[in-house]
Amino acid sequence: MKVALFIPCYVDQFYPKVGINTLQLLEKLGVEVHFPMQQTCCGQPMANSGCEQDSKEVYHHFTDTFADYDYVVTPSGSCTYHVRKHYDIIEQTPAVQKVRKSVYELVDFLENILKVDEIPVDFPHKVGLHLSCHGQRGLRQANASEITGDKNGQILTLLKKLRGIEITQLDRNDECCGFGGSFCISEEAVSARMGQDRIADHLRNGTQVLTGGDMSCLMHLEGIVRRQQAPIKVMHIAEILNGSQP
Amino acid sequence: MNHPALAEKFNSDYNRTTWHDETLWFVRQKRDRAIYPIPEFQELRQLASQIKDHTLSNLDTYLLEFEKNAQQNGVHVHWAADGDEHNRIVLDIISNAASVKGKTGPVRMVKSKSMLTEECHLNPFLQKNGIEVVDTDLGERIVQFRNEPPSHIVMPAIHLKKEDVGETFHQHLGTPKGEKDPQALTEAARQHLRQKFVEADVALTGVNFAVAETGSFVVCTNEGNADLGVNLAKVHIACMGMEKLIPKIEHLSVFIRLLARSATGQPVTTYTSHFTKPAKGKEMHIVIVDNGRTQQLGRADFRNSLKCIRCGACMNTCPVYRRSGGHSYDFTVPGPIGAILSPNIDLHKYSTLPFASTLCGSCSDVCPVKIDIHVQLYKWRQVVAKENELPLSKKWGMKGLAKMLAMPKVYDLGGKLARGALRVLPHGITHAQSLNPWAKARELPDAPSQSFKEWYSKNQKGKS
Repeated sequence: MKVALFIPCYVDQFYPKVGINTLQLLEKLGVEVHFPMQQTCCGQPMANSGCEQDSKEVYHHFTDTFADYDYVVTPSGSCTYHVRKHYDIIEQTPAVQKVRKSVYELVDFLENILKVDEIPVDFPHKVGLHLSCHGQRGLRQANASEITGDKNGQILTLLKKLRGIEITQLDRNDECCGFGGSFCISEEAVSARMGQDRIADHLRNGTQVLTGGDMSCLMHLEGIVRRQQAPIKVMHIAEILNGSQP
Repeated sequence: MNHPALAEKFNSDYNRTTWHDETLWFVRQKRDRAIYPIPEFQELRQLASQIKDHTLSNLDTYLLEFEKNAQQNGVHVHWAADGDEHNRIVLDIISNAASVKGKTGPVRMVKSKSMLTEECHLNPFLQKNGIEVVDTDLGERIVQFRNEPPSHIVMPAIHLKKEDVGETFHQHLGTPKGEKDPQALTEAARQHLRQKFVEADVALTGVNFAVAETGSFVVCTNEGNADLGVNLAKVHIACMGMEKLIPKIEHLSVFIRLLARSATGQPVTTYTSHFTKPAKGKEMHIVIVDNGRTQQLGRADFRNSLKCIRCGACMNTCPVYRRSGGHSYDFTVPGPIGAILSPNIDLHKYSTLPFASTLCGSCSDVCPVKIDIHVQLYKWRQVVAKENELPLSKKWGMKGLAKMLAMPKVYDLGGKLARGALRVLPHGITHAQSLNPWAKARELPDAPSQSFKEWYSKNQKGKS
């Protein structure tokens, strides 16, 4: 099994520790991880802004970079969703088709490919889970409240295996945080308000550590936490599963 | 028209934004409680979607079948290519009606809720031509008094608090100043509207569903105002968008089960009224309107937006709509569905609407007829860019970003320089609100001294 690690551009630049924890976690689980150094980005920022034609060369760079691997694992539901869903505008060569199928969000990979069912980690904190919309509704990694009252999902399943953990019961289990890529700038007022409302929900219900599968949502929420000096520590799910403590 | 600017204005009243969000979220939760106990709800959505897809693919046939059957029932059928033609037809029907001809004094019309007539701007047109028009849906009447458009397609006055309604009724209906008791205000509206119903010459309704095989149509209301109007006036005009058809009466049950649950969390609307033929001595007219629908039907990526049954669930669930209000969309149909319908009408005017979304996908999951709304928002964004309607800063910024991200060395260097700058520049500069909208309410992440790639090449070299 030849596994490549894809570290999204903004994680590479701003959250190297998330990349390091992802790498260490996979290695702990016995995976031999390759990291192609020429990787950059999946192309989503431009495409969501309406410029997917400009993104084509980034798509080609991505598929060229990762064509030789059985799995491309990334700590991001959003980037995974983008490659799977929106790489349909370039020619569907066998290599492109293969990459689109082999890209996996980290937790999905842990549960469905590695079949991890034990996480030997103590995490005695009250943890609030932020479901990223692309992971939840895009990749269907968690049930959506529009469809069912059952809140099960992949990240929650793994989190519940940690020793000593308590999960926050939120008033709104799966409302969007308001990041939305360039939306966070072009619709600043609504974006900020959505984030503030998510943080208020977590504070009201006692979250000590806020986590999730997408660092982009968490970057936006952390920006609000820090501005408000709220008593919440933000950690990516890879950090928690790898045994990091707040 | 600029959604971000109107949304920012809406958000400047923090508490009112909270109230608006919570009010609509309450409706969304009511909808959840109504659908969770129904095991076949997802199957119903699938069925409804398929029925609508089939109907849209055979719309020409079903429209003609409907016309033929309606005419056999003694109903007059009219066709309008656009809003102007629709308005002229309605005026002609009123002017030529036997019961109106030769009448001295004002001609009076009562209307139940119809988003189509809002879309066609019928009210001002008729008023200009001397017809008294009274909206009889309570929410519609409130916004009509205030000379505002509806802010929601199911709850037209949802942007108003009871205090606002009290003030409006004080001005227009003479209720005591400061009266805000909902029951007292409703009673005042009821007495006012009773008079209007009794006096009306013509009743206009919308159409929720038109059934091709029977030539009949269905109007759903909670207030019974459509029925009251239609049964008292001599002339009934029903205005429908051409996409309102379903093939058979047996299909209706699927939609009736979905509509009210999705809209307000009710099992069914209080009144579900079927109209087939005029009563003795009365006239019944149906006006079938295109107004851009054929054009949308011709757009492969966007045609299934015509499946919409106007339940408003996508508005109630949309975190952006709840925090920006219906008026921020400046289109008859606001919210996510409005943001995919409006660019078909005027791409330039509505170019910011496909971007008034985080693409969270909640709208698509809540939609009772499974319109892939967030996918169409994404696709409209591509059209906006292609038609050169993006702001120039975004257009060129994205081109530059794409170039950089296709060249690893440039990306690595660019990232290093940007982080370096963030590390040395003072907080007052990096977080200057005039330069950096992010910083108005958020801190930037700390820029680390090394990227993951830099860490990797130092610590893990030789591994890949």
